[in-house]
Amino acid sequence: MRIPLKSRKRKGFLAGVDQLLNSAVLILLLIGIVLVYAATRDWFAANGLDPEYYLKRQVVNVIIGITLACGTTLIDYRLLRAYTPFVWGLGVLGLVAVLIPGLGSTINGARSWISFPGGLQFQPAELAKISIIVGMALILSERMTGLNRPSNKQVLQALALAGLPMVLIVAQPDFGTVLIISAAVITMISLSGASLYWVTGLLVTGAVGVYVAVASGEVSEYQLDRLESFVDPLANPLASGYQLRQARITIGSGGLLGKGLFDGPQTNGRFVPEQQTDFIFTVAGEELGFLGSSFILLLYLILLMRAFAIARTTTDLFGKMVCIGVVAWFSFQIFENIGMTMGVMPMTGVPLPFLSYGGSAMFANMIAFGLLQNVYQRTRRNS
Amino acid sequence: MRDRSALTLLVAQVLVISLMLSLFGRLFYLQIADGPRYQEAALDNQSRDIVIPALRGLIVDIEGNALATNKAGLMVTADRLVLDKLEDKGESVLARVAEVLMLEYADIYTRTRLCGELARGERDGCWNGNRYQPIPITKEASENQVFTILEGSDLFAGIDAKPVPIRFYPSSAGERATHVLGYLGPITEKNLNSEEGKPYYRNELIGKAGVELLYDEELRGVPGIKKVIVDRKEIVRRELINRAPAAGNHLILSLNAKLQAAVETELKDAIFRARANGHRGDSGAAIVMDVSTGEVLAMASYPDYDLNIWEDGITVKQAKDLYSQNTGVPALSRAIQGEFAPASTFKVISLSAAVEAGYSLKATYQCPGEVKIGDRVFRNYDSKATGRISMTTAIAISCDSIWYQIAYDEWVRDGGLKPKPSPNDFFFNSAKGYGLGKKTGVDLPSEQSGRLPDRQWKLDWYERNKDFYCNYTQKAKKSQLTPYLIEIARENCLDGDKVRAGDMVNFSIGQGDTLMTPLQLVVVYAALANGGKLMVPKIAKAIVEPSGRVVREFEPEISGRLPIEKSTLKFLQNSLRAVVTSGTATRAFSGVGVEVSGKTGTGQVFGRNLDGSSKGDTSWFASFAPSKKPKYAVVMMVSQGGFGASTSGVGVRNIYEHIFGTNGRVAIIPNGTPKVLPRIDSSKAPLS
Repeated sequence: MRIPLKSRKRKGFLAGVDQLLNSAVLILLLIGIVLVYAATRDWFAANGLDPEYYLKRQVVNVIIGITLACGTTLIDYRLLRAYTPFVWGLGVLGLVAVLIPGLGSTINGARSWISFPGGLQFQPAELAKISIIVGMALILSERMTGLNRPSNKQVLQALALAGLPMVLIVAQPDFGTVLIISAAVITMISLSGASLYWVTGLLVTGAVGVYVAVASGEVSEYQLDRLESFVDPLANPLASGYQLRQARITIGSGGLLGKGLFDGPQTNGRFVPEQQTDFIFTVAGEELGFLGSSFILLLYLILLMRAFAIARTTTDLFGKMVCIGVVAWFSFQIFENIGMTMGVMPMTGVPLPFLSYGGSAMFANMIAFGLLQNVYQRTRRNS
Repeated sequence: MRDRSALTLLVAQVLVISLMLSLFGRLFYLQIADGPRYQEAALDNQSRDIVIPALRGLIVDIEGNALATNKAGLMVTADRLVLDKLEDKGESVLARVAEVLMLEYADIYTRTRLCGELARGERDGCWNGNRYQPIPITKEASENQVFTILEGSDLFAGIDAKPVPIRFYPSSAGERATHVLGYLGPITEKNLNSEEGKPYYRNELIGKAGVELLYDEELRGVPGIKKVIVDRKEIVRRELINRAPAAGNHLILSLNAKLQAAVETELKDAIFRARANGHRGDSGAAIVMDVSTGEVLAMASYPDYDLNIWEDGITVKQAKDLYSQNTGVPALSRAIQGEFAPASTFKVISLSAAVEAGYSLKATYQCPGEVKIGDRVFRNYDSKATGRISMTTAIAISCDSIWYQIAYDEWVRDGGLKPKPSPNDFFFNSAKGYGLGKKTGVDLPSEQSGRLPDRQWKLDWYERNKDFYCNYTQKAKKSQLTPYLIEIARENCLDGDKVRAGDMVNFSIGQGDTLMTPLQLVVVYAALANGGKLMVPKIAKAIVEPSGRVVREFEPEISGRLPIEKSTLKFLQNSLRAVVTSGTATRAFSGVGVEVSGKTGTGQVFGRNLDGSSKGDTSWFASFAPSKKPKYAVVMMVSQGGFGASTSGVGVRNIYEHIFGTNGRVAIIPNGTPKVLPRIDSSKAPLS
């Protein structure tokens, strides 16, 4: 796929950004806001609460996210490299902080959140994704003289850079995020031109790591339970298996055209827990049907294809590695999340990019989106 | 190297595209290909059927007295979905419940098990509903017990209580009518899947026996149903259907509660009288029927039991005892399911057969002490010879040998062991005309048909058994290998398919393979009393709506006519009167205060009791009264009860005294049964 180069140079805010990518993300954000509202309004109203509570907060999240995306798009390339160690350090600090009792709060069995006064919460692991991708891109794009691939030393450095935050995330424990980051790390090293031994070694290590984590009990019972219910959804009908079964019923009952926005009885009866966050796709499935859900899949496909196109076109190795990291992260997280709601992937608590309710994930997604646009912009400027 | 980089990027891109395509494929499968299934699952998920049982109709006797009614009870239930999740599977909770309700833990345990969960022999009292409905432990908890349970809800997880109507059999006149009324029980999978398409709902109670079963559809009414849409917390969000229950219709029986109570008492007394005289007296039945309508005014079977045990929460022991040989199988209704040789009460049929065969009623016949047929000797019951007697006397004193000779002669005339192509078969045809081997058609479930051992029956019997008898020495048990039994087996193998002389001779006095239920016999004697009409016995009289409107009244029904001339009937009636005035029943009926006609019977029974002793004689008395203008037919049968006259004869005499109020007793129905339907006073029932 080639980037269509515009003949006319445009000035202003949107000038020099990938319009197709932009549109896809903006539409996804709008759909997300509507789905979050659909997922919560009826239940909140029925329980005498403000039906627009989640709607308002998600709008704020999106506005902050767009601001962050614009900032990341417009930031000077050299500054981005300069900021990277700082961002990485901040991410690690945050991950250490959540592990300190009193600072971190536990939700769904994982100590992943830092609570601020005023009910605000922040999830450092999301920020860590950005810092790992940018940091690794920085290291892997350096070229020693006479070598057109990263040296073993560079690969080791990159792994160390990713490894420290990952260990901290395992300690929370947030298995899902670690899986997503692992996918991104392995993809980046594989596509960096590094020796095939690294690629094979990392894949094997990843597989063994998952096995050991499960066998040694490093994965908490809560997470095992979720994995188990993937294998047999009826094993535990009122816990994770119940959730997976309800998710499937909710999506399946949507049919071709869906039950209509705000009219899904499964959604309004709130049969799927966490349906405004990790299970937001079930709301789309039931209320918008096969057509609406397919449209969402199409938007994601456009987003990912644009990211690939940017990665292919750019002449800058750093930008390319950033794109590869982001595209690996997004595709694996989208596949894992939607696959989970439809029962083809095990249940791990990862949100659906741009659609799920939540601040930290939204901000990280939007910064990553900004990074894609940043790379695109510099490619055009250089050409 | 740039090429490799571009290639790996392309590979990654293809991989991502395929991941997205697989999501798309899965989405298509869930929403389009498998969509209908999930739409159904979603509806199941969200909708709940709440069944509100209709108040069951009352069952009243012919005077309007309640035989079955409803009363308010407090039901304690167990939720297996909750109990099974507890660490000890709810054992400690059930143990506490047992303590509070003062019940046996073992009983509560069994009651809260699905029948399929228990081993085959341990299912008595099990729950035959499913796991997803609250399982009743008792319906008769006291308010204090319920408070204890509801207040300590953490100690009683999964246990709940609510008020329910419970079926109640008040026995106001002292009657039980166990086998006539029947009882209620939880609906089974079989009921739910029955092809009759009755709209049953789970956790409904339905009739399981007696009229509760037969008239279940009328009595149960239409349950109310509420279909609601609920959310995950089971909070009702929307109502789809809301139909109020419609109370069931009332059932008026022909039964008279006071007479039923009296008959039950007299039957029990007769059995105890037999036992006092050294007989086993294991069971019995007694029936009173209106001869002109066939209405059953009382029907007793012993042993019986208190029907209220079903709703009180039947214990494992009680449930076992109902079907145990040791307790005499109280679940069995001897009146309609007990099959016994009718013995001498059968002689009215033999007399009819003789008349048909051309024997004169005016002639006299020899009654020798014994008759030798082939190499077998057939004796009179008391082996006495009386010389030449009339047929009336033969009936009155119950001479056997006169019928032996006539039956044998007719058998020879029909060709003996080489029967003619179309034999006369006067005896078989007469018995058939009297309704033997055919159900009476009474409106009760599980009636037995008795047995008419005619030529066809013999053939069928031989087909089933010839293998056993023709290979007797290999197939029989060691204890059965006596020379006598081996000889009988040899004979059975040789010509067991034919009616032999001995079979015919035994048949002529209602013995051998002949079997009748007490109900069949009462129909015969009612026919002898009413001019020859075989009436269909009627338990139900009418079905009445709660408002009082009569839905249906059951009319008398004739199933056939006795195959005899008017003159023969008259002769029989006189002969049966002679039994009481100058025959075998004279002593039993002396001073009864009403003219009774009847016949004694003392039936020999082959076979052994559980303890190995030989079975005792069946005591019969079949009758009608008043002799000149008969209103009632009464039959009593006591299994292993000794002589017909002394055990059952006296019992029937006492029943007539109750009916007519002679000898200082209170008359129950001296002038026949009321012709108008009673008004049902629902207000007398605690719940209506």
